[in-house]
Amino acid sequence: MYLAKIYVTYKKSILDPQGEVVKSALHRLNYTNVQAVTCGKYFEIKLDTADKAAAAKEVETFSDELLININMESFTYDLSELAEAVD
Amino acid sequence: MRAAVINFPGSNCVLDMYYALKDFRLDAEIVDANQENLDGFSAIFLPGGFSYGDYLRTGAIARFAPAMKGVAKAAKDGRLVVGICNGFQILTEAGLLPGALRENAKPGFICDEITLNVANPDSIFSSAYDKLQITLPIAHGAGNYYADAQTLASLKAHQQIIFTYEDNPNGSLDDIAGIVNQAGNVFGMMPHPERAVDPLLGNTDGRAFFQSILQRKDLLTHAD
Repeated sequence: MYLAKIYVTYKKSILDPQGEVVKSALHRLNYTNVQAVTCGKYFEIKLDTADKAAAAKEVETFSDELLININMESFTYDLSELAEAVD
Repeated sequence: MRAAVINFPGSNCVLDMYYALKDFRLDAEIVDANQENLDGFSAIFLPGGFSYGDYLRTGAIARFAPAMKGVAKAAKDGRLVVGICNGFQILTEAGLLPGALRENAKPGFICDEITLNVANPDSIFSSAYDKLQITLPIAHGAGNYYADAQTLASLKAHQQIIFTYEDNPNGSLDDIAGIVNQAGNVFGMMPHPERAVDPLLGNTDGRAFFQSILQRKDLLTHAD
């Protein structure tokens, strides 16, 4: 069993309105060190595949197909093997 | 001719659209999003609302509803497909219209009446307008149209931009409010013409949108 942690954000070329609003709110709270805020989506998805390569391939395929809109978003992911559940 | 109004879970402008079509004496019916076969319909309308709760992204789940297979087939056949508001979002997610709709540049839901320019008065969806500025209601949180530079150039080259905002309310690229596909039969817009067809409600600028479609009897005879 594998656990995919998938991070979806707007492409760099696209304004991230929520990130901008959060940044200005942080500045209003006097966190003046804050330089940039990116606001996105986070998914945890468990997959049961033969091996890690197969899990990676599936994550990449379904992320493009459903999790992101390829016109405006991109994703990164981490994939780790989960310990087998003990009955 | 028969017109379908597709009812997705969470659609909330189904009846507005249905009554507008009935007002123009069209043989309209409400069709559940689980119905895949839409072969009998000359025109298919995807109404406004929050299909599937706007989960993931607006329109992202609706595009996989069974009815969207029928919608894609209709689009390919050259039949009329119209997406209003959430319907527009669904059509871009499905790839039946180019570009995408992001959340508004200033986050938040806008409910207002805005001035629109009829940027292309020669389309199937705008030919009955006898003026180039109209007023229509808007109600959306994700109406901020985006397309990459190449797509925008293509939209312009093929006169696919039908309506633009006079005072851009949501950050849309080039003030774009409504577009057609290159073939001219698939249309989407964020403003709501179906909410502006009855003098009782104080605005009838949506009527010419429906009259434009009705002028194209050649396109409305499919399956009659």
